[in-house]
Amino acid sequence: MTPIHAKELRNGGKLLLTNGITSLEGASGGGLTPWAVIAGNETRDGIGLSAHATLVELRDYDYRSVGAAVGLFDRVELSIARQRFNTREIGALLGLGRDYAFEQDIVGAKVRVAGDLVYDRLPAIAVGAQYKHNRNGPVVRAIGAQHDSGVDYYASASKLLLGQSILASGTVRLTKANQMGILGYGGDKSDAYSVQFEGSLGWQVSRRMAVGAEYRSKPDKLSIAREDDWYDIFAVYAINRHLTATAAYTDLGSIATVKDQRGVLFSLQTAF
Amino acid sequence: MTVSLFPLLLLAQATPYAVPGETAVTPYVVDDANAAARPFVGDDIARAFGGQDGIRRIVDRLIDKSHNDPVIGEIFVSHDMVRLKRTLFEQFCYILNAGCSYSGRDMKASHKDLGIQHADMNRMVEILQAVMREQGISFPAQNRLLSRLAPMRHDVVER
Ligand code: HEM
Repeated sequence: MTPIHAKELRNGGKLLLTNGITSLEGASGGGLTPWAVIAGNETRDGIGLSAHATLVELRDYDYRSVGAAVGLFDRVELSIARQRFNTREIGALLGLGRDYAFEQDIVGAKVRVAGDLVYDRLPAIAVGAQYKHNRNGPVVRAIGAQHDSGVDYYASASKLLLGQSILASGTVRLTKANQMGILGYGGDKSDAYSVQFEGSLGWQVSRRMAVGAEYRSKPDKLSIAREDDWYDIFAVYAINRHLTATAAYTDLGSIATVKDQRGVLFSLQTAF
Repeated sequence: MTVSLFPLLLLAQATPYAVPGETAVTPYVVDDANAAARPFVGDDIARAFGGQDGIRRIVDRLIDKSHNDPVIGEIFVSHDMVRLKRTLFEQFCYILNAGCSYSGRDMKASHKDLGIQHADMNRMVEILQAVMREQGISFPAQNRLLSRLAPMRHDVVER
């Protein structure tokens, strides 16, 4: 019988940018959608950590999120995020009061079930769930949401095509969330899960920098507040191994009855 | 003259898998398939790497830097760096279609019992990237070579 030795944990290891950034809901990935990568800089021989802060300035609203994630052995990711969506002047128009803010907490789990972003021939494939709790229950119910919390389920496949310097990622999501959950879950139009598609396409300009575009299809369950698909174009820069900065131009369409919500997104992520 | 060349020739014929100046290795069958990647087509990629001279500079620098690296250097200690430089040059040259055949061992046999982990592989890729950058290889060309090496991790890293 061979004795079993506890393997020593390794420190550092992923290639620059291959841990992605932090998406709006706290999972590592692109900006709008998760990728099949695990948070932090560690390989299967270590435990990685990341934290993020994101700011989106839209025409009529602003949005902030902060969060943290742990990546266990490049296999399992656990994340938490707090989102705050400020309605500014629109809050007053909607009768909620100026600067009324919707807040939401999200706890996420993701497992990479197969493949690898960089090395295997098979793309990295992951499945995940996000439990979301909206902290403004009475208000979201008043506008037609059926619940103040919900669970999204998703599956992602992501691959860095080295020969072309292109990163491609696609996600299928099952969700009841209105505007990601900022406006609650389920609506007067439907309280069923709907299937949504999300994707990122990036071009690696250099070892440190990538540019690309993203898309996220959205459900539309509230009759008083139409919901549009989301788009962005982004640039991401690895300042060093532990710090990644992202800037994007986003088009989030109509939100809470006000259309044409375009603006800029800034995000900083630190990872170990 | 004839006499002194004779043993050398004999040696070359008897052991195609090792050349004089290198430590002997367990005999194996020489085959380009041991290089573990199909070569590129056309000669633009070989030119992007500066032909055989450019490839040799990259491989020599890669091995020297890896050997002296604080993270992975230990793995190379007491291995035959003369042979490694020759075979790795042949492998890159073969893959980049710069006019070589590969006479080394396959990737599994070459890295058996070295205890290489994912982080070591990433480290070596980073060193290779740094060397290619230093030699002025364009980023897309760097990534094209890496795309052929990446799937080898499966055999390089100890399961
Ligand atoms: C795709 C990546 C790699 C390629 C293409 C590669 C290629 C090679 C080749 C061609 C040889 C010599 C074969 C022969 O002697 O017949 C070799 C041996 C060796 N490689 Fe790698 N290698 C890779 C990754 C690594 C890594 C990540 C390490 C360590 C961090 C490493 C350490 C070694 C050592 C120490 C030897 C000498 C083994 C001996 O003396 O028997 N290699 N490698």
